[in-house]
Amino acid sequence: MNVIIMGCGRVGAELARLLDAEGHKVTILDTDASSFDKLPPDFGGTALLESATDEEGLQKANITEADAFVAVTREDDKNAMAAQIAKRIFDVPRVICRIYDPLREEFYESLGLEGISPTVVFARLLKEKLEK
Amino acid sequence: MYVIIIGGGGVGYYLAKELLDNGHEVLIIEKDAKRCERVEDELGSISLCGDGCEVAVLTKAGIARADMFIAVTDEDDDNLAACQIAKQKFNVPQVIARINNPKNEHIFAKLGIENTVDGVALVLEHIKAQISTFPLIRLLSLEDKGLDIVMIRIAEGSLAAGKSVKDLSLPLGSVVSIMIRQRQEYQVPASDTTLEAGDQLVCLIPSGSEEAVQAMLGISTQEESG
Repeated sequence: MNVIIMGCGRVGAELARLLDAEGHKVTILDTDASSFDKLPPDFGGTALLESATDEEGLQKANITEADAFVAVTREDDKNAMAAQIAKRIFDVPRVICRIYDPLREEFYESLGLEGISPTVVFARLLKEKLEK
Repeated sequence: MYVIIIGGGGVGYYLAKELLDNGHEVLIIEKDAKRCERVEDELGSISLCGDGCEVAVLTKAGIARADMFIAVTDEDDDNLAACQIAKQKFNVPQVIARINNPKNEHIFAKLGIENTVDGVALVLEHIKAQISTFPLIRLLSLEDKGLDIVMIRIAEGSLAAGKSVKDLSLPLGSVVSIMIRQRQEYQVPASDTTLEAGDQLVCLIPSGSEEAVQAMLGISTQEESG
């Protein structure tokens, strides 16, 4: 699978590491060069200093060949905008974005995006733990 | 009219002031508490401190009864998110977004936000108007009509100098409305008026035909690019 990840924070870097280790083709974008320090030394994918809310940045990441696009910066708005560009302008088959605000996640799902709200997921997880 | 403005910076503040002066009900939603304070001090209690992209905040703002929603923060992704929620979730009748990066205009349009104002492009056109070597300046875009109102300057050596208005091969649908000749009153040119170097024409041209018009004027577009 050819995957583009936007945002090289802890989640983005860890996802990149996991996918890379399994032999997937990974391209990770961030606008802060120091964020790439979180990638492991043997990371075999590509790290690009580009913004994914910018069409040119996405073209440099060869988005037209991507099977999936994941947006995990810390800002909901950036994730939503990048995800919509990937899906609606570049027709990437699978697009997932992180949306912290649960109400907004519902809205983006209505636009056809696959959203994950860490707020909701983590709260559910905690509840399950408590109920055990 | 009830107008919600996202962003209480310079643009949001002055927009709110003008709308209030025209008798409208206005609410500014602004993340920064200091900016909210400034708005309240100078314009009265018309601000809500919060994130204008959050559904809960917008609900609290009474977005369901808003007639108009205008997002003018300096972050395009925030303006897009806020406007999409206003338009597509709350069906606000009129939604306008400020764009800070000119490259984003067609992205906004493709994602359902057609009414945009590109601040950078506006400033650029105003600066170009002050620089006499630019042959064509866009004064106004009538986006819903697909037309631009432009000012054309006939330069020394232009292909248009010496031609009559009817012989100008302007794009189909163009109208030459006013001619300004140095040291003369402005006039509405007749079709057989002969143009001279130094003349300025206010014209209506179809959007996207700027390059064709420049070519017709016989002026290199080199200095325009960049």
